[in-house]
Amino acid sequence: MKVSFKVNGKATTVDVAPDMPLLWVLRDVLDLKGTKYGCGVSQCGACTVHLRGVATRSCQVAASEAQGADITTIEGLSPNGTHPVQRAWQELDVPQCGYCQAGQIMTAAALLARNPKPSDAEIDTAMDRNICRCATYIRIRQAIHRAASLPAADSSPPPPPPGRSDTPLGLRS
Amino acid sequence: MDTNVRVNRRQFLGVSAVAGGGILLATYLEPLNAAETWAPEATDFEPNAFIKIAPDGSVTIIAKNPEIGQGVKTMLPMLIAEELDVDWKIVRVQQAGLDTDKYQGQTAGGSTATPNNWLPMRRVGAAARMMLVTAAAQTWSVPESECTTALGTVTHTGSGRKLTYGELTTKAATLTAPALDQVKLKDPKEFKIIGQRIPGVDNNSIVTGKPLFGIDVTLPGMLYATFVKSPVFAAKVASANLEEIQKEPGVRRAFVVEGGNDLFGLLGGVAIVADNWWAAISARKKLKVTWADHPTAQQSSTSFEAQSLALSKQAPQRTLRRDGDVDAALNSGKVVSAAYYYPFISHSPLEPQNCTAHYKDGKLEIWVPSQTPAAGRQLVARTLGMQEKDITIHLTRMGGGFGRRLYNDYMVEGAWIAKEMGVPVKLLWMREDDIQHDFYRPAGWHYLTGAVDSSGKLVAWRNHFVSFGEGERFASSAGIGAGEFPARFIPNFALQASVMPLGVPTGALRAPGSNGIAFATQTFIDELALAAGKDPAQFRIELLSNAPIVDPPPPNPQPGQGQPILFDGPRMRAVVELVVEKSGWGKTQLPKGTGMGIAFHFSHRGYFAEVVQATVSRAGQLKVDKVWVAGDVGSQIINPSNAENQVQGAVLDGIAEALSQEITIEAGQTRQTNFGNFRLLRMRQAPPIEVHWKISDVSPTGIGEPALPPVVPALCSAIYAATGKRIRSLPISKHDLKWT
Repeated sequence: MKVSFKVNGKATTVDVAPDMPLLWVLRDVLDLKGTKYGCGVSQCGACTVHLRGVATRSCQVAASEAQGADITTIEGLSPNGTHPVQRAWQELDVPQCGYCQAGQIMTAAALLARNPKPSDAEIDTAMDRNICRCATYIRIRQAIHRAASLPAADSSPPPPPPGRSDTPLGLRS
Repeated sequence: MDTNVRVNRRQFLGVSAVAGGGILLATYLEPLNAAETWAPEATDFEPNAFIKIAPDGSVTIIAKNPEIGQGVKTMLPMLIAEELDVDWKIVRVQQAGLDTDKYQGQTAGGSTATPNNWLPMRRVGAAARMMLVTAAAQTWSVPESECTTALGTVTHTGSGRKLTYGELTTKAATLTAPALDQVKLKDPKEFKIIGQRIPGVDNNSIVTGKPLFGIDVTLPGMLYATFVKSPVFAAKVASANLEEIQKEPGVRRAFVVEGGNDLFGLLGGVAIVADNWWAAISARKKLKVTWADHPTAQQSSTSFEAQSLALSKQAPQRTLRRDGDVDAALNSGKVVSAAYYYPFISHSPLEPQNCTAHYKDGKLEIWVPSQTPAAGRQLVARTLGMQEKDITIHLTRMGGGFGRRLYNDYMVEGAWIAKEMGVPVKLLWMREDDIQHDFYRPAGWHYLTGAVDSSGKLVAWRNHFVSFGEGERFASSAGIGAGEFPARFIPNFALQASVMPLGVPTGALRAPGSNGIAFATQTFIDELALAAGKDPAQFRIELLSNAPIVDPPPPNPQPGQGQPILFDGPRMRAVVELVVEKSGWGKTQLPKGTGMGIAFHFSHRGYFAEVVQATVSRAGQLKVDKVWVAGDVGSQIINPSNAENQVQGAVLDGIAEALSQEITIEAGQTRQTNFGNFRLLRMRQAPPIEVHWKISDVSPTGIGEPALPPVVPALCSAIYAATGKRIRSLPISKHDLKWT
């Protein structure tokens, strides 16, 4: 079936099986690879996106349920990777493997949007459904506090991060 | 490694101009000296590396090893950049593909990247720096000794003239590279990059959601596959409703893969290939497979437990080590006996196993998250009947490894399916596939007896270790080293072993062996301290202060084989004393229901001692309050930010294992299916963790694993201190911790 929604501010129509989870629409149809598959059963939070402004497990949302929705993925969280949560994550060097971090960041950004100065306990509660298998939890908690103290996202191009890797995958198009 | 090969390697050191200007330094290094190598990785002689400097001064450094989250993609280039003397801010890091001719060792495992590369990678950078200095000195007609470098620039000290590395590339490209044993390395006091908190080079890509991981690979015209294997390991397909499946929407083909009997190789199953992965998964829900009978269909965790108990009552099958007279010492002292058990557990890296492959014109190109890509290529070549030279492997960042991706079953499956299809195919496992087809940390039983004499000294120790295997061979990762602590530190000592057969795939999980052995031995040491009437920390310090038994050298050492690395009592004692000091051990009066436990363990050349404080409510609810860690991994913490992150992660990994992780086998298959019944740690379970370093004078060693093992027994001993309940089997969640 045809489903229309807005992804990262852009009107999009896809023609997919109605029960195809939004996760796979994003990843395999729209080639937005930032949203990750971890468990498929709403246990790990790696697939978290903002659906109508709410942090949502995209593996549990059928394409048909996304009709007309506003969806934000990690790729659209800020124009230049300068959302306070993205900046704090880099400042504190949060990631180990990095696989869960898009989901963590989306959940953290939604938390800060409704609670700009969360306590440790509020952070733990909000982040409870996001697994980090490398267990970077201590830094995630610190980074959320740090993000809470940073100014909002900046639309000017960010300075290149110190020491960085070359263009990652997706090189063969 | 004979001398000729070594000479050839040295001659290979060279420099060349690259397209578009600039130089490329390809450095073929002699292997580590034998004393620094150790058993399982002794053949992984490291390494070589590349530096590219462009005329505009930009610097690209190749990271050769697979990145699983251990930080190696940042750490190895830091070593090169330090000695090259460039500004880290301008360095770009590029991941190497698999090329064992160029790079030799390209594995992620055993916490080996640091000890194997500490000097070789620095020499690569230093050799390039020397050449740039020579180029500048020749340009100015001055002695090299009058030239200094900093931040990618050579300066003539007398005249103040300067040339950037970029300006020197053309000249440097004409020079002969120095022999690597001639290069001068920096005094550690001059380090500007090593020792700094350097963020991971992929962090920006990670936080903005760029494609980085194996699962993110996309090729034009790519199809998607799921592969269904028998829940009873290695059972073959008897029949399947393939015709029905092929009619499902989006399905291109469904076919049976015959497979073999080797648990580490290609096993039988049904492949479903579709236009997208969801279509393949949707069809899979309608798949009906009849699996052939298999001899391991009767095995179960319950039957293993029964066999272990029976074996424990028989004479051990083998004695791995014996010192003194254990029986006599046990008769004369205060004896403690206890049986310890730890279960199978799964690695569960968060990125499910995957492999993208394209077979065309007799050649195969593979994108895969593998910790051992070279071994994977061998497996693929052997299974598909191909030559290794016809297989190209690209290394992707991995969403966790923990040892799971040392095994390349998913790579050979992906390659096989892609060869069948002739178009690019991405095989992606479901989470359920990953949990049900892991190479599990093997379960183990330690039947321990020890004795303390009237002065409270530990005088006798016997461990009958019951594990899996056949004859003199342990199943994968199910063994124990004859020198494993407390060997050599107790005068009357016996380590004995018995094994039972196993048809469950097992393998190395972060700190393999150690992650279970430390639990059994260190918790039992706590029991002996209690019997001795001594403080558990003081009892350990006294044990570590014993003069160790000196073993004779091993007979007929193989050429190139290093001496085994021996447990160093004073180094361990120092970290125990440090963690005692930092945690305030014995200095705080804790309320009933709160307790501290201490433990230490030596693995992967690292010395770690840890204290856990835990609180148990009267109702039996356990909370880990805090962990203190003291570690000695040598003379230099290369990247303190990553090192702390790794240690905290390893400690939390150990806590997760101890709290609730267990894989149970029933009717020959894994009962657990997903994170609902195989539980990973959540944020609210993560306590604060203080990390302290003991800097010693030995060459730096690895950090990915050795912090994990001690936390498990330290937590169990903290529970004992809090409640009087002794945890002798894992996971802790199976115990009732209620107290009154």
